[in-house]
Amino acid sequence: MIIAERKPIKDILRMIDKDKKILLVGCGTCVTVCSAGGEKEVGILSKLIKIAFRKEGKSIQIIEKTVKRQCEKEFIEEIKEEISSCDAVLSMGCGIGVQTIAGMFEEIPIYPALDTSFDGMPEEQGVWVELCSCCGNCILDKTGGICPITRCGKSILNGPCGGSQEGICEVGEDTPCAWQLIYDRLKKQGKLDSLTEIESIRDWSASKSGGVRKIVREDIKL
Amino acid sequence: MKAETNLEKLFNQGEFVVTAELGPPKSVSIKLIEKKANFLRGYVDAVNITDNPAAVVHMSSLAASIIAKKNGLEPILQITCRDRNRIAIQSDIIGSAALGINNILCLSGDHQTLGDHPGAKNVFDVDSIQLVSMLKNMRDKAIFQNNEPIKYPPKLFIGAAANPFADPFEYRAIRLSKKIKAGADFIQTQAIFDVERFSRWMEDLRSRGLHQKIYIMAGVAPLKSYKAACFMNNIAGVTIPEEILEKMKNAKDQKAEGIEICLEIIKKIRKIKGVRGLHIMAVMWEDIVSLIVKESGLYPRQK
Repeated sequence: MIIAERKPIKDILRMIDKDKKILLVGCGTCVTVCSAGGEKEVGILSKLIKIAFRKEGKSIQIIEKTVKRQCEKEFIEEIKEEISSCDAVLSMGCGIGVQTIAGMFEEIPIYPALDTSFDGMPEEQGVWVELCSCCGNCILDKTGGICPITRCGKSILNGPCGGSQEGICEVGEDTPCAWQLIYDRLKKQGKLDSLTEIESIRDWSASKSGGVRKIVREDIKL
Repeated sequence: MKAETNLEKLFNQGEFVVTAELGPPKSVSIKLIEKKANFLRGYVDAVNITDNPAAVVHMSSLAASIIAKKNGLEPILQITCRDRNRIAIQSDIIGSAALGINNILCLSGDHQTLGDHPGAKNVFDVDSIQLVSMLKNMRDKAIFQNNEPIKYPPKLFIGAAANPFADPFEYRAIRLSKKIKAGADFIQTQAIFDVERFSRWMEDLRSRGLHQKIYIMAGVAPLKSYKAACFMNNIAGVTIPEEILEKMKNAKDQKAEGIEICLEIIKKIRKIKGVRGLHIMAVMWEDIVSLIVKESGLYPRQK
């Protein structure tokens, strides 16, 4: 899922500084699960904003809403009237949610309350790790189900590099070396032989490097 | 002969080869390169010109290589995968070969978050093994990475690095064999302080016959002070045993102790079968290289 984190309150206040009435809209999917932008966080942020405004002798009207998925137009349709009645929309969705609303309401400013961080999973309560770079050309079959493009600091395809020590990556003590993990897993599976093969230079055109990506599925288009 | 460089010739003749490192300046100072070149000329067979080492901005390795060459050194151009994609690398390679710089050392490159521009975006379009194979194809097949022909291909003597002190240890020889398979002609190792571990690694290489497929140069780094040793111990991929750190800490004359330790290591590694050369990394201490070469009985150098 998409992992996000709320921006510092001062950055959010700077965006809505001149607004009198805003819609604060959360999302019920990924960012609810990672406790960044669900109904609960919408309630908390709304209070923080009101307190900050009051401290400066200003007032602001905030409509609080949380839709099921901000990244789908049909759920945004449900809050169309609220959006149109406001000076601006403050989204607690990921960057996709922000842009979905922006694409539907050209005349109303929309601001991101979150920083969209990465695609990952919760490792334990309060800890999330990045696992996928959406590179568009999956090689997890070759690497023991561990992605070196995402989890190796240098995205090395023939690792580990010389900076791997006692299972730790050179970038920092809290970063496991992805290639050590790959090695250990393939060893358990009796597949170390596959690591003697050179993984050749990759075509990155399916990744972000290839430009703006789009998928068109003729078989399911209406 | 693949590139007809002095380095390649000496290896072919069966000489014990000696190289050193020259870090380009963090400015336009040609004088600094000239000064370092004066320390090294005549004492080593070729000199690595580092490519933004430790991810800190320095004069480009290609520019510094040209200056070093003008000053009578044979450069080994270092090139990392961190800052350039395949377009830039191939362009630099044909440029350097056109200028008579034909020894190339292929490296991954230290991560930019460890350097002086931690907010930089990295490249890593190709990795170090893929870089070796790309250069081999440019030289041997006269093709660019996209398979387009190169009318006048570069002559290259291709080097790569190996770190016997990185993990997993049992995979290190296999990774070296991948570099050989990719087309590396010579290897320079990370600085050796733990001779016992280096020796075990060499044993692993010999058992696989790898020492006969590639020229292996053992890396050493003289420690200038206890402080320098601690700093070096924190460099990615370098480990200094506690015993050596203690010796440095307690030494009355730390410089002399550092030289003594280095000479002792050189003596031991020269006895290890399969070691074909020495790579001296005296970073910020280039003036000590001549003494180390002489004291090790490696002077004068062959032409």
